[in-house]
Amino acid sequence: MSIEVLLDRRQQAVRRRGRLRRHNALVGWSFILPNFVGFAILTLLPVLALFFLAFTGWNAFGNAPWVGSDNFTRMISDRLFHEALYNTVYYTAFHIPLTFAASLGLALLLNRKLRGVAFFRTAAFFPYITSIVAIAVVWNMLFSPEFGPINQFLQALGVSDPPGWTSSTDWSMPAVIIVATWREMGYYMLLFLAGLQTIPADLYEAARVDGAGAWQRFWNVTLPGLRPTTFFVTVMLMIGSFKIFDLILVMTNGGPGTSTVVLSQFIYRKAFVENQFGYASAASIVLFLICITVTVVQFLVNKRREA
Amino acid sequence: MATTLVPSASAGLVQAPVLRRPPRRRVGTVGRILGYAAMIVAAAAVLLPFYWMVISSLKTNNTVFTAPIQWVPEVFQWHNYVDIFTRAEMTTWLKNTLLLSVVVTFLQVLTGSFAAYGFSKVHFRGRDALFLVYVGTIAVPWQAYMIPQFILFSKLHLSNTLWAIIALQAFGAFGVFLMRQFYETVPEELSEAARLDGLSEYGIWRRIMLPLSVPALASLALLTFVNTWNDYLGPLLYLRDRDLWTIQLGLRTFVTQYNTEFALIMTGSVLSVLPVAIIFMLGQRYFVQGIATTGIKG
Repeated sequence: MSIEVLLDRRQQAVRRRGRLRRHNALVGWSFILPNFVGFAILTLLPVLALFFLAFTGWNAFGNAPWVGSDNFTRMISDRLFHEALYNTVYYTAFHIPLTFAASLGLALLLNRKLRGVAFFRTAAFFPYITSIVAIAVVWNMLFSPEFGPINQFLQALGVSDPPGWTSSTDWSMPAVIIVATWREMGYYMLLFLAGLQTIPADLYEAARVDGAGAWQRFWNVTLPGLRPTTFFVTVMLMIGSFKIFDLILVMTNGGPGTSTVVLSQFIYRKAFVENQFGYASAASIVLFLICITVTVVQFLVNKRREA
Repeated sequence: MATTLVPSASAGLVQAPVLRRPPRRRVGTVGRILGYAAMIVAAAAVLLPFYWMVISSLKTNNTVFTAPIQWVPEVFQWHNYVDIFTRAEMTTWLKNTLLLSVVVTFLQVLTGSFAAYGFSKVHFRGRDALFLVYVGTIAVPWQAYMIPQFILFSKLHLSNTLWAIIALQAFGAFGVFLMRQFYETVPEELSEAARLDGLSEYGIWRRIMLPLSVPALASLALLTFVNTWNDYLGPLLYLRDRDLWTIQLGLRTFVTQYNTEFALIMTGSVLSVLPVAIIFMLGQRYFVQGIATTGIKG
C-alpha cells in the first residue's frame, strides 16, 4: 500500500471524525435546546441582570439611573437592614444545630429493626411536602397565646406564664425556628438514613472487639462515616437558613414590630412594597454572596480535611 | 411541641450505636422499650398538628379553642366542607392550581428528560461546562434574582397571567439534574447497541431511555406536581386578579379576611393539603427515591 493511499485514508478518517463531532454537537444541542431556551431566558438572564440592577437607582418607573456603589453604602447605615441581617443570623444559629440534632437523632432511631419504623419514616417526611401556608396557619393557631394547645400543654406542665409566641417580639423568632425544624427534620433524616446505610458493619464489629463503648463508637465510627452526608446537610441547612422567606412571610410577616424581618423579606419589602428595585437588588447581591461563600468555604474545608 | 423532640433525639443518639446490628446481637429489652418510647414521642410531635388541623376543621367555630382541648368533636360539622365553597372561591382556586400543576409537571418532565439525555448520552464540546452552569443556578436562591425576573416577566407581558407561573416553574434546572443522575446509571453499551441497530438518538431516547426511566420520571413528576401545588411566592408576586389565584394564595387571603373563622380556616387548610397527602401516600416510594438521587427538592 503506498503512502499516498494511507495518507488519503487518514484524511478521510479525520474528516469523518470532524463530521461526526459536528453531527453530535447538533444532536446534543437539539436535545438540550427546548429546556435551555426557557432556562436561559427565565433564570440565567435574570441572574446576570441582577449585577447590573444593583448599581442603579431604579424605582419601577422610567429609566434605571446608574448610582455606582450608593446602594451598598446606604445599606451599611440602614437600621432595618442591620436588623434583617441580625435576625437571619439568629435564625440560622439556632435552626441549624436543632435541625441537625433532631434529624440525625431520628435517623439513628429509625436505622434499627423496630416495628413501625417504615410508617414513622413516611410520617416524619410528610411535613416537608406540606404547603408552607397550611403549616403556618395551623401552627399560628397552635401557638395562640391564650387558648392555644401549646400553651395549654405548657400550663399543664406547670409553666405559669407561658410565652406569647408569635404575638411577642421575644418569642416570635423561637416560634418560627420550632416550626422550621419540625418541617425540615424529616427531609434531612432521609439524607442521614441514606448515609448510615453506607457505613460498613465490620467497622462497628471491629470497634466492639477493641472494646469501644456506645458513645465511642458513635464518635469514632458513625460520625466519620457520615462525613459526606454531614457536609451536604450542613451546606443545605446553611443556604436554606440564610434564604428563609415564605414561612416567615406567612407566619409573622416580619412582626411583631421588626422582630422577625429577615434578609429575603427585606428584599421583598424594598422591591415589591416600596418599589426600590435598585436598592433591593443590592441587598439580593448580599444574600447571593452569603450563599455562594458558604458553599465555597464548606467545600474547601471539606477538601482539606479529606487530604 | 417540637422541643419535646430533643430528649428523644439524644436518647436515640446514645442508643443507636449499641443496637446497630439487630440480627447478630440481641437487642436489650430496655433498649427496645426506650426506642419505642422515643418513636412514639417523635411521631406524636410530627402528627399532632395535622390531627389538630383535621379535628378543628370538623368543629363549630367556638369549640376550636377550648380548655381543655376537645380531642374529638362532639358533633362532626361536615357541612364546613360545603360552606367553604360558598364562602370562598375554592372552586376557582383549586381549578387554577390543578391546571398549573399539570401543565408545569408535563413540561418539566418532557423538557427535563429530553435535555438530560443530551447531557448524559451525547458527547459534544462544551457539554460539561453547560451542565455546570445548570447545577450552579440550583445553588442560587430564587429570592436573589426574583427582582430582575419580575421585571423581565413584566416586559414580556407575562405577569398577572397563569403563563407566568408556568414559565417560572417549567424549565427549572432541577428536572434536568434529576434525570441526568438517572441516565448516568444506564450503561453506555445499551445505547451503543441501539445505535448499531440503526436507531437515531431520538429513537434511543423514546424507545429505550423513557421506558427504562419510568421510576425516575415518576419521582420528577410527583416532586414537580407537589412543588407547584404548594408554591406561594410565585403566585404572590405574579397573580393579581382574584380569578387567577391558586389555592395557597387564596387560603392566605381567606385567613386574613376572616381571621376569626377558625373552623373554616382549618377546613380550607385541609383541602389545600389533601391532594398532596393522597399523592404522597400513593407514591411515597418515588418521593424518597427522587430525594435520594439528587439530595434536593425542586
